[in-house]
Amino acid sequence: VRYFVRRLIVIVPSLAGISLVLFTVLALAPGDPFGDLATNPNVPREVAQQLRAKFGLDDPLPIRYVRWLTSMLRGDWGFSFVSRVDVDTLILQRLPTTLFVLGSAQVLGLLIALPVGTLSALRPYSIFDQVATTVAFLGFSLPTFFTGLLFILVFSIHLDWLPMIYRADLSATGWRWWWETFRQAIMPISVLGLFQAATLTRFTRAAVLDVIRLDYVNTARAKGLSESVTVVKHVVRNALIPVVTLIALQIPQIFTGALVTEQIFRVPGIGSLLISSILANDTPVIMSITFVFSCLVVLFNLFADLLYSWLDPRISY
Amino acid sequence: MDEYRVRELIGDVAAGRLSRRGFVQTMVGVGLTAPLAAQLLGAAGIASAQARAASSFAPSRRGGGGLVKVLWWQAATLLNPHFAVGTKDQDGSRIFYEPLACYDPDGNLVPILAAEVPSVQNGTVSRDGTSVTWRLKKNVVWHDGKPFTADDVVFNWEFVMDPGTAATTSGQYRDIKTIDKLDTHTVKLTFKQPMPFWAAPFCGPTGMIVPKHLFETFKGGKSREAPANLKPVGTGPYKFVDFKPGDMVRGEINPSYHVANRPFFDQLEMKGGGDAASAARAVIQTGEYDFAWNMQVADDILKRLEQGGKGKVDIATAGNIEHVQCNFTDPGTDVDGERSSVKTKHPFLSDPVVRQALNLLVDRASIHEQIYGRLGQSTANFLNAPERFRSKNLKWEFSVDKANQVLEAAGWKRGADGIRAKDGKKLKLVYQTSINPERQKTQQIVKQAAAKAGIDMELKSVVASVFFSSDAANPDTYSHFYTDVQMYTTTTTQPDPQRFMDQFTSWEIAAKDNKWQGRNITRWRSDDYDRAWKAAESEMDPVKRAAHFVKMNDLAIQNVVVIPVLWRMVVSAVSNRLKGTDITGWDSNFWHLAYWHREA
Repeated sequence: VRYFVRRLIVIVPSLAGISLVLFTVLALAPGDPFGDLATNPNVPREVAQQLRAKFGLDDPLPIRYVRWLTSMLRGDWGFSFVSRVDVDTLILQRLPTTLFVLGSAQVLGLLIALPVGTLSALRPYSIFDQVATTVAFLGFSLPTFFTGLLFILVFSIHLDWLPMIYRADLSATGWRWWWETFRQAIMPISVLGLFQAATLTRFTRAAVLDVIRLDYVNTARAKGLSESVTVVKHVVRNALIPVVTLIALQIPQIFTGALVTEQIFRVPGIGSLLISSILANDTPVIMSITFVFSCLVVLFNLFADLLYSWLDPRISY
Repeated sequence: MDEYRVRELIGDVAAGRLSRRGFVQTMVGVGLTAPLAAQLLGAAGIASAQARAASSFAPSRRGGGGLVKVLWWQAATLLNPHFAVGTKDQDGSRIFYEPLACYDPDGNLVPILAAEVPSVQNGTVSRDGTSVTWRLKKNVVWHDGKPFTADDVVFNWEFVMDPGTAATTSGQYRDIKTIDKLDTHTVKLTFKQPMPFWAAPFCGPTGMIVPKHLFETFKGGKSREAPANLKPVGTGPYKFVDFKPGDMVRGEINPSYHVANRPFFDQLEMKGGGDAASAARAVIQTGEYDFAWNMQVADDILKRLEQGGKGKVDIATAGNIEHVQCNFTDPGTDVDGERSSVKTKHPFLSDPVVRQALNLLVDRASIHEQIYGRLGQSTANFLNAPERFRSKNLKWEFSVDKANQVLEAAGWKRGADGIRAKDGKKLKLVYQTSINPERQKTQQIVKQAAAKAGIDMELKSVVASVFFSSDAANPDTYSHFYTDVQMYTTTTTQPDPQRFMDQFTSWEIAAKDNKWQGRNITRWRSDDYDRAWKAAESEMDPVKRAAHFVKMNDLAIQNVVVIPVLWRMVVSAVSNRLKGTDITGWDSNFWHLAYWHREA
């Protein structure tokens, strides 16, 4: 418990530091949320100036930072300069889609990676292992923007089976809704899921291989335990420790979206919100998303550490 | 082309020797906009072509068309037309809101919420141009059932002019002195000075009208808090269903729309995001969507997609011009922390001969044919035909030999390295533009031709988000213009060229004092030009006014202040089955939305 409290205390200054760095970098970046207005001859120059003054963009950087920080602490995330909608509304609108697509992808990745990784480690250098390893290598060498486009080319354009554009609010209802959702989600989910699976498979295989040679596994076998019990109770449980850490560290990504994949399939998730906000210099939205992301990373790091000590009682702090 | 020439042409149209469209195209060719040309004909009493686009589709009932899906690769982010930042927002708002009148592809005003288009003939535009009277269509109701009246029109002006609102449309309304409500469905606008372009307020993409009863309490500083900003209640063909900023706008049929038996579709979905190329695919190749906006995609790719046969490219004209600008000031000298200062003179571009030579070295035909294809027209096409209208001043040609001759004759001699020089000044220049495959190819074509004439060009390309930003601290923006020549597209953002042409006036020079927000980027100064611009501003005779604009155009071209490279088109992708879109370059893409329909 003391360890936990100590870690929690360290989080505060690190988050403050992260937010300061983020804010400064954004302020120094070229561009201006009202740049489009300034270059449009029909919009009087005063309009952009009025908007800058109204949204407090003309104040010095330290004042803007303190104002942002204090309102953030009060739970006020500010509003987007571009859509003039409150940032929390914008993020909450996008969160379900991101959670659904990335969560499913993560589950799909695990469902493939754990059995395949374990099986190939149990029979290293067998044909199954060779094939799985090759496919996994291919999988994580190909970036998602490439596989995404490839999927679109094959399944949407040549075969014309699946839609290439994701619509978060389908007008259909009932069974039709489920079917349409399935059809449009299958490509983004498999692109992300297969990429995850590739990395996790390699990781699981390595972890299981490490464990399987250890003495206590031989002991378990010598005791006369069945192969399945040995594998599940003694090998996999111990091998999973590093895998769980990896998964825990990946969970923040589920909340922040897959930037590239969301863009390709036009999935209206948090990742695409982040990209469009960056392109539009929409500081409040960028700050909130990146800040939430860093909070999640810090928290899940802590969570991974705690999980570690639960999975492996030998580790204690 | 002078005033008499213009009058002659109008006479030809009246006598039927020249088509309306031919006239409009000729006028656009000499630097006018189509709406202005249409105004010329209107003023001459030549009835506007209402016969245009007389669609064979005449539905006997409203609705029944199902869902229409459109794709904008930049998503709408807000749905209040007075806050709209770009066409994406204007188009999103136009689904629900309507202006008094719109511009068709030929630039004619078409009444929407107005009962008729005002004109001098029927006495609704005063002869001196200081007032205009709009009669509003009766029996128009807002989506919530309240009637649309003159009060709403008056309120929009008040709403926009409140500085606290910071409305992006305020530029169109600031010349109004008062608006009088003559009766429940008539308003009279009185201007501060004669307004040749009296259609600036309440027309086109910036003229949409929002309901008084929902925005009345949200004027000025509180404008952001109006619930109707996110849930628009308008008069348009579709009623609001749902809006996710940056992603999706949805609407459903307005059962009490003010045009009988319209619209055809029951629901509308406007999806945003992604990129232009995949949007083109979704419409033209897979047919997943019915319409996509602004296809900035190479023409050969579009042609390939079209072979699939589900959709095609639709090309509309506007006044967007890709051009090369010559810097009249010296980008190499620093005066009071500012380069390209008006206190300096460019070492060699100030010599008209060098600019002339550059003008001869831009191979417009190759750029058009090899790079842009259908997405543009080399400006020669409309300047050369028909023969009798060709302005001698505006002829362009590409000739390396001639460029060599004029430079040689003016004393610019080739040095040992093949680069011409005079008085120790070498013809070495930096040519900048934004990063964009088409622009980099154009740069190459120009550079190669220039090298043959002994001019050495260093090519520079800047990321678009920096190049087009208004950041006063960044030296690489187009408005700083810290190089010798640069190239980009200027768009005619409204149907009247007055604002468009202010980019050569002396008081608009971009400089440190105005944080480089002036519109005159080349820093060229001409008293003749300034006079013509001022004269056009208050000239009420449309023909004389047109002649002023033609003169301004001629001055800028003759002095080679800019070198037009390509007249760029407005390109959209349309499903083969979707009809009635009638896209115009002068108004919102949705100006004709009520008439969109699908062929069985």
